[in-house]
Amino acid sequence: MVSRDRGMDVRAHASMVFHLDKCIGCHTCSLACKNLWTDRPGAEYMWWNNVETKPGTGYPTRWEDNEEWRGGWEVAGNQSLGLRAQGKLSALFKLFYNANQPGLDDYYEPWTYKYGDLFDAPAGNEQPSARPVSQITGEPINIEAGPNWDDDLSGSPIYAAGDPNLESLDPHEREALFAIERMTMMYLPRICNHCVNPSCVASCPSGAMYKRGEDGIVLVNQDQCRGWRACVVGCPYKKVYYNWKTGKAEKCILCYPRLETGQAPACFHACVGRIRYMGVLLYDATRMEQAAKVPAEALVEAQRAMLLDPFDPVVIAGAEANGISSEMIAAAQASPIYKFVKEWELALPLHPEFRTLPMLYYVPPLVPVMGRLVEGVYGKAGSDGIFGAIDEARVPLKYLASLFSAGNVDVVRSALRRLMAVRWHRRSLEVNDVDPALVQRMLREAKLTPEDADAIYKLTALANLDERYVMPPIQREEAMAGEGTDPAEEMRQTSGFGTTLPPRRGA
Amino acid sequence: MTWIQDLFSPESRSWEQFYRNRWAHDKVVRSTHGVNCTGGCSWNVYVKQGLISWEYQALDYPQFDLKIPSYEPRGCQRGISNSWYIYSPLRVKYPYVRGALLDLWREALASHGDPIAAWGSLVGDPVKRASWQKARGMGGFRRVSWAEVLPMVAAANLHTAQKHGPDRIIGFSPIPAMSMISYAAGSRYLQLLGGVNLSFYDWYCDLPPASPEVWGEQTDVGESADWFNSLFIAVVGSNVLMTRTPDAHFLVEARHRGAKVVVFSPDFSQTSKVADEWVPLHQGQDGAFWMAMGHVLLREFHVDRKVPYFDDYLRRFTDAPFLVELEPDDAGGYCAGSMLRSSLLEDSKDEELGEWKLLVFDEDLTIRMPQGTMGQRWQKKKGQWNLESRDAKTGEEYTPLLTLADASDEVVRVSFDDFGEPGPARRIMRTVPARRVETTDGTRLVTTAFDLLLAQYGVARDLGGDTTGEWPASYDDASQPFTPAWQEQFTGVAAADVIRLARQWGETAEKSKGRCMIIIGAGVNHWYHNNLIYRACITALMLTGCIGRNGGGWNHYVGQEKLVPVSSWAPIAFGQDWSAPPRLQNGPSFHYMHSSQWRYERPFQEVCPVTDREHPMARGHVADRQVTAVRNGWLPCFPQFDRPNHEVLAGAREAGASTPEEVGSYVADQLKRRDLRFSMEDPDNPGSWPRVWFIWRGNALQASAKGHEYFLKHYLGTKNALKANQEAEGTLEDVIWREAAEGKFDLIVDLNFRMDTSALYSDVVLPTASWYEKDDLNTTDLHSFIHPLQAAVTPCWESKTDWQIFRELAWHTQEIAARSMPEPFEDLVLTPLQHDTPGEIAQPTVKSWAKGECEPIPGKTMANVSVVSRDYANLYNRFVSLGPKFRAGLAHHGTKYAVEDLYDAYTDDRPKESWNGSDYPSLREDRWVCDAILHFAPESNGELAWRAFQSESEKTGRDHSHLAADTREVRYTFDDIVRQPRRILTSPFWTGITKNGRCYTGFAQNVEELIPWRTLTGRQHFYLDHEVYRAFGEHMPTFKPRPDQEAIGDLENTRVDHRSLVLNYLTPHGKWHIHSTYGDTLRMETLSRGIEPFWMNDRDAGLLGIRDNDWVEVLNDHGIVISRACVSARIPRGMCFVYHATDRTVGVPFTSEKAPDGSRRRGGGHNSLTRARLKPIFMIGGYAQFSYSFNYWGPPGVNRDTYVVVRKTERMPEW
Repeated sequence: MVSRDRGMDVRAHASMVFHLDKCIGCHTCSLACKNLWTDRPGAEYMWWNNVETKPGTGYPTRWEDNEEWRGGWEVAGNQSLGLRAQGKLSALFKLFYNANQPGLDDYYEPWTYKYGDLFDAPAGNEQPSARPVSQITGEPINIEAGPNWDDDLSGSPIYAAGDPNLESLDPHEREALFAIERMTMMYLPRICNHCVNPSCVASCPSGAMYKRGEDGIVLVNQDQCRGWRACVVGCPYKKVYYNWKTGKAEKCILCYPRLETGQAPACFHACVGRIRYMGVLLYDATRMEQAAKVPAEALVEAQRAMLLDPFDPVVIAGAEANGISSEMIAAAQASPIYKFVKEWELALPLHPEFRTLPMLYYVPPLVPVMGRLVEGVYGKAGSDGIFGAIDEARVPLKYLASLFSAGNVDVVRSALRRLMAVRWHRRSLEVNDVDPALVQRMLREAKLTPEDADAIYKLTALANLDERYVMPPIQREEAMAGEGTDPAEEMRQTSGFGTTLPPRRGA
Repeated sequence: MTWIQDLFSPESRSWEQFYRNRWAHDKVVRSTHGVNCTGGCSWNVYVKQGLISWEYQALDYPQFDLKIPSYEPRGCQRGISNSWYIYSPLRVKYPYVRGALLDLWREALASHGDPIAAWGSLVGDPVKRASWQKARGMGGFRRVSWAEVLPMVAAANLHTAQKHGPDRIIGFSPIPAMSMISYAAGSRYLQLLGGVNLSFYDWYCDLPPASPEVWGEQTDVGESADWFNSLFIAVVGSNVLMTRTPDAHFLVEARHRGAKVVVFSPDFSQTSKVADEWVPLHQGQDGAFWMAMGHVLLREFHVDRKVPYFDDYLRRFTDAPFLVELEPDDAGGYCAGSMLRSSLLEDSKDEELGEWKLLVFDEDLTIRMPQGTMGQRWQKKKGQWNLESRDAKTGEEYTPLLTLADASDEVVRVSFDDFGEPGPARRIMRTVPARRVETTDGTRLVTTAFDLLLAQYGVARDLGGDTTGEWPASYDDASQPFTPAWQEQFTGVAAADVIRLARQWGETAEKSKGRCMIIIGAGVNHWYHNNLIYRACITALMLTGCIGRNGGGWNHYVGQEKLVPVSSWAPIAFGQDWSAPPRLQNGPSFHYMHSSQWRYERPFQEVCPVTDREHPMARGHVADRQVTAVRNGWLPCFPQFDRPNHEVLAGAREAGASTPEEVGSYVADQLKRRDLRFSMEDPDNPGSWPRVWFIWRGNALQASAKGHEYFLKHYLGTKNALKANQEAEGTLEDVIWREAAEGKFDLIVDLNFRMDTSALYSDVVLPTASWYEKDDLNTTDLHSFIHPLQAAVTPCWESKTDWQIFRELAWHTQEIAARSMPEPFEDLVLTPLQHDTPGEIAQPTVKSWAKGECEPIPGKTMANVSVVSRDYANLYNRFVSLGPKFRAGLAHHGTKYAVEDLYDAYTDDRPKESWNGSDYPSLREDRWVCDAILHFAPESNGELAWRAFQSESEKTGRDHSHLAADTREVRYTFDDIVRQPRRILTSPFWTGITKNGRCYTGFAQNVEELIPWRTLTGRQHFYLDHEVYRAFGEHMPTFKPRPDQEAIGDLENTRVDHRSLVLNYLTPHGKWHIHSTYGDTLRMETLSRGIEPFWMNDRDAGLLGIRDNDWVEVLNDHGIVISRACVSARIPRGMCFVYHATDRTVGVPFTSEKAPDGSRRRGGGHNSLTRARLKPIFMIGGYAQFSYSFNYWGPPGVNRDTYVVVRKTERMPEW
C-alpha cells in the first residue's frame, strides 16, 4: 500500500475549514448534530458539535486549560513525542483512576422539565409551572451549568475573564477587553478535529479507536470499546465523550453515513452562516512526526508543509500507489480546503500546540475597530479609512495567535491582512472611492495578486454548496466485509433485516 | 509515529453499520414553520418508521443571479428544534376544557337541552361565570372529546351573537404570511359569523408608522439577497445575526464584496461582531444621531456642493419641491403651514379635487400642477397619476424648482421647535426664502418643503436680505439642533464620528448611485417616538437617492412578513367572497380601551412634548383621543356600540330607514344625540364588552400581551400582580368613568399544539396540527419565493389542522343555527375611512361633529355604515365554498383585475360544492385552499399579473405591462411549489421588481416606472402638512428624546431601596426563541440557561451584590418577574434585557410576593412588566396616507420606554 517515492506516504483526508469571519454564532450546527446523533439516554450531555463565545470558557468549562487536563502530546527532552497524560508505563494505573478526567461539573447535569404538570395540575389556587428536573436522577435540579452557559457573554467578569487564552495578554490588555472601547466577541464552532496524530486513538487501551484509511475519520468502535475513558483524557479538545448508559465512548463521526453518500455532514448542511467548507487534503504521513515536534512558533508552517500539492505528478503517483481513488484525487485538486489552508494561508489549525495535527482549520475573524472614551463620549479610534486597520481591531492579535498559531502573531496577522486586502480590492472594483495605489499596496503587502483576491472573494462570499462541499461519495462496494463472493451484493440483499441492538455496557 | 495506523480493514469495521442505521430514513417531505417569524425557510422533514425524526434545510431555492450568493441554507437553531415538539410532553394531544366550566356546561346542557339556552344560563349567572373565570390559569384541565367541545363553543358564539351581536366575538392570530391557510381558517369563520379580527403588526409595535407617513405604504422592503448589493450598510436597532439568522450571511458576505458595515446598538450585540464599526449610542436616542447625519448630508452634498444625482432625485421622487404656505404666527413671524392647494389659485380653483392637487414652481418660476398627487389619483379622468415631470393642466414638461434661495420675493423668519430639553419646546427663529402667491383668498407666502427642511436641520445659507435667526455656527455648535456636536448629549457618540460617517455615506451613495442601506428594526421601532427615529433615518436615505435602488434603501425587518398573494388570499381569509366589509380592528386601540389600560394613565403631554398644546388632538387623555378617532371615522371601534347592533338596526327600521344611506343617517343622528354610544366611549359598561375570544397561531395572553397582568385582571378576571393606580378619573372629557370591569370575556378558546401561557389560561384548548402535519403556504419579505407547508405525517393524536377545526366548528354552528336561527339576518357594520379608497380624501381639514363643527355624515365626517346579511344556517356551506363575490373580480390597493373566466373554468375543473342550486369551487380541504390562492394571485399566475398591470397602466397612463409580458404563461400550483420553491412574479401590488433575476427591493417600480407612492403628493414625504402633525411639531423630521422615568410612571407603587436598582427595561428579540415559540423546548432551554435570564451590566450587578446566575426579582407597578441574572459588560449600565418573549409555563418559580389571598404568586412573563402606550398622532384619518387600513395605520403598542426595579432574591425561590 505504501509508496515511498521521494520518501512520501500519500494519504487522503476529509478536511474542513470554518470561516470564522462568517460565523454568526447561531448554533444551528449544534442542533443539527444533536437531533441526529446524541438525542438519546446516555448521550444527553454530548455536544459533538458546539459553538463557543470567545473570549469565554467554552464546553466543557476551560477545556483549553491543558495544564489542568493534560491532553494531547508533548515533546520530551529527548525530542520524542509522548502523550501528555500518560507515559506508557502509567497507563494501566490510570485506567482505574484518572485525575485529569473531566467530571459532571465540568460538563453539566442534563435536565428536563415536568411538562406534564401543565396538563395534569389539579384545580387550585396557584398557577402550575413545569419545574426543572435532572435527566439523570429525575429529581428537581437547580440549574447552574449548561453546554453553552457563557453564550454571548463577552465582557463577563466570570466567563470571558476565565478564558485561558487571555494568559497570552498582559494585564492591561486583558482589562481593556471588558471596557466598551475594546470589548469584543467572536464565535468558535467545534467538532472533533479528526487529527492526523490523534492522541485519543493513541490513548485507547482497548484498541477500539482508529482512523479510517479512506478519509481519515477518527472513530470509536462501539463493539470494541470497554469504556476506559482514556480517550476522554487524551483528547486535548475534549471531544470524546463517555456514554453513561452504554458505557462506551462516543464522538463526532464526521457524519460518515452522510459523507459516504455524497452528503455534507449534518452540522455542515445546517450552517446558515455558510462558514463551512469541506474537501480533500493529501498529506504526507512520513512528515507527521516531524510536523508535530517542531517548536511551537513553527507548528503552523510545519503542518502546512505536510500537505501535498494535488497537482504534483509525483504526489498523484504516490496517491495512486496508495490506492487513493481517482475521484478522491480529483476532489483534492478541486479542494476548497487546500486553497484556504495551503494556497492562501488563510485557515489555521486550532491550538496546534496540542501537537495532534488537527485537520479542521479556522479562518480568523475580522472584528470591529477599537473605540476610545473621552469624558464619557465614545468615538472611533485610529485611522479614517473606510475600513479599519488590522492592528486597530478590537481583538488583540496575540489572543488569536493563542487560539490558532501557538502564539505566532505573524501567521495570524498575515491571514487577516489578506482578508482585508480582498475587501479593499473588491470595493475599488465596486465603487470608485478608494485610492488605487492604496489597494495595490495592500495587495502587495498581503502578497496577493488581484486574481487571488477575486478567487478568495468568490469562495468566501459566493460559493454555493457544491463549491463549499467538494467530496466524492465513498465507493462503498470496495469496503464491504461478508461471507459471499461479492460482499456488496450480499449487503444489498440483506442490509436492514434483523433487529438492531444498541451497544451494551461491557459488551 | 508508529502506533496510529489508518484502518482499511472491512472486517473490523462492520460495526460502522451502527451509525448508518440511525441516518437511514423512509421519507422526506418539504414543509416549514408557520411560527411568527420572517424567516420563511423551506425545510425537509424526515420521516423514519412512521415518525417525524428530524429536519434539515432545503437547499434547492432557484438561484436567480450567479453574482449573488444563493439562498441556501435557510433555517436556524430554533427551526431545527421543531421536531422536538411533535412527540414532546408539551404537546397538546387532546381537546381540554377547564373542569369548573365543563361541569357547569354538562349540567346546563342536561337541564336545558338547547345548547344556546344552556350557554345563556351559564353566562347569565354571575356566580357561575365568575367560577370558571377565577379558575383560569389555575390547573384543573379535563380531557374532552371533539364531539362535546365543538357544540359548546358553537353555542357560545350563537348565544353571544343573539344576545350581544356577533361583533363581541373576537379573534386574534398573528401575521398570516407564514401559514396563510391556518390564519384564514379562523378569520373566515369569524367574518362569516360577523366577528372581529384584531390586527397584529401594529400591536406588536412592528408596524413602522414612518412608512405610511413617508410612503403611504405599510412596509415594502428589499429581500435579504439585496443586502449583498449594498456598499454601506447601517444596522440600526436590528440584530441581524441573532434575529435574521437565515439572512445574516448576505450581510456578512457583502463585506467581502466591499461593503462597509456599521452597527448602531447600545449593547455589544451579536451583529456588532461583524461590523467594521460598532457605535454604542444610548438606547432609544438613535434619532439624534441620524438628524445630525442629515445635517451634514444637507450641508455638504446639497448646499456647499450640489450632487447632481441627489438633486435630481429630490426633485423627481420627493415632495422637496412642493410649495408650503407660511402662516403668520403670534410672534410676528411665520410658521410652516399646509401645502399650497390648486383650489386656492384663480387658474385652477375649479379643478376637480383641487384641494388634493398640490403645486410646485418650474425653474422659470411658473406655478405648475404636478401629476401623480392624490387629486389625480381620485379624479374622474384617469392616466395622470404618474411621476412624469409634466404639468397636469397643460401637459407641458417642466423641471421642479427645489429651492427659492435665488428666487425669493422676501426672506422671512419662520419658527421651528427644539424638543431636546425637558419641558415645553424651545422656539427657534430661522430665515426661509419665500415667494408671494396670489390666491383667491389674498396673497399668501410660500416656500418649498426643501427650504423648510434646510432651516429645520439648521443648515444656513446666504439668502440675502434678513439673515438673522438662530443658526448653528458650525458642526461644533452644540447649542443648536441638529449639529454633530448637539447630538453628543443624547447619544454619547462623538461629533467627529457623525461627520466622518456622513461623508462616507454620502460619497458611497454618490459614486454608487444610491447603494447605501439601513437595516432597521425593533430596537428603534419599539420606542414611543419610533416614527421620528425612523424618519431621521429615512431622510438620510432620501437625501442620497437610496430609496428604490438595488443595494440601497430602508430595510425594516420586524414582524411584517409579507403575504405575497394577498389579493386572492384576503377575500378568502375575510369571507369577502360572501359578505363585506369585514370587521377589522386595530389591536392597540382595542386592548388599550377594553383591557382597561387607559384607566391607569394620565394625560399624555407629559410623555409627548408638542408644538401646539391647545390643539384638540395634541392634549388631554389618550382614551379621549381614541374616542375622537372613532367618532371621526379615523379608526375602527369593535364591539361597535354599547348595545347590540341588531337593536340599533331595529331602531332604524322602526324609524323608517330602508336604504343603507337612511340607516347610516339614523345611526349618525343617534350618535350625535348621544342616544347611542360607541363601546369605547363606555368601555366598562357590560353592553360594551367583548365576550368570546379565539386565539390561534399565537400567544395572545403572554408573548403579545403588552400589559399581560391587565389582561389577567380585566379580560380574564383571574389572579394578577397588577399594582398600578387608576389615575384617569377626572382627566377625561369623553370616556365614561365607572367601576372597572373585571373578567369581561365569557369564553376564551385557544388552538394550540403546545401548552403555552395562552393555552394554560384559556377555558378551552383545542389540539392543532403542527407545521409538519398540515398543508399551507408561506411567503416572507426576506426572500422572494413562495413555498409550502406539508403534512409529513397525519395530525398527531387527536389534533386537527386549523382549517379542519374551524370548518368543523362552522358545521356545528350551522347545525345549531339551522334549528335556532334559521333565517338570514341583517347586521350593521361600521368601517373607518380607508386608505386606497376615496375615503382617503374625505377630510382635508379636521372637524368634529361631536363638537358641532360639522354634521356627522357616514363616509365623510364619520365611519362608513353598511348593512351586511348573515346566514348562519349556511355558515358551513359558505365556509367551504369560494363565493360569488370572488368571481366578480379581485383587487388590491385599489387596482382591480378580472377573474370571471378563470373562476368558471376552476369550478368545472376542480372539486366543487353544490348547494342551493349553485356550484362553487370547494375550499373543504387545506390543500384546495392553497391551490385556489395560487391560482388567482398575480404573483403566482402570470396571466393575472399581466391583467393587473394593464389595470395599473390605466391609472398611471403609462404602460407597465412589459413587467409581466414575458411570464403570462406561468402558473404555479401547490404541486409545483412542493417540488421546488418558486420565485414570485412581479405584480403591481408590490413595489419591487423580480423580473430578469433582479433582487427585490422596495419602491423600484416607483422610481423606474414612475408609479406614484400612495401619498398626498404621490412622492416620498419629508413634509407632513396635516394640522395634527403640525400641532405635534412632527411635520418635519425632528428629534424628541425618550420620555423620562418620571413621566412614564411605572414605579409609583414600587418601592426602590438600597437593595434595588431602577433600570430601563428592554425586550429585544432573542436567540433561543421566535417570540415564545421554541423557548420552551428542551433544545433551546439547554442552550440558554434553562430559563430566559435577566441580562444586566456587571457594575450595576455589583452594586446589588448580584452574581451571575443569582435569582433576581424584577418588578414595577405592572407586575413581577423572577429569573436569574446574566451579568456582562456587554450590556450598558442603566438598562437591562429580558429577551422577548418568555412564557410563565416552564421553569418559573414563585416570587417572594404573596397574592392578596395569601396564596403564592407565580413569576410572570416578560409582558408582566409592560403596558401599551399609544401616541395619539397616529390616530388621525381620512387624509391621504393618513387613512386607516388593517395593520397599516394606527398607534403601535410601544413598550420600550419602560422602567423596572431589580433586586436579588433573599432566598432560593419556592416551586
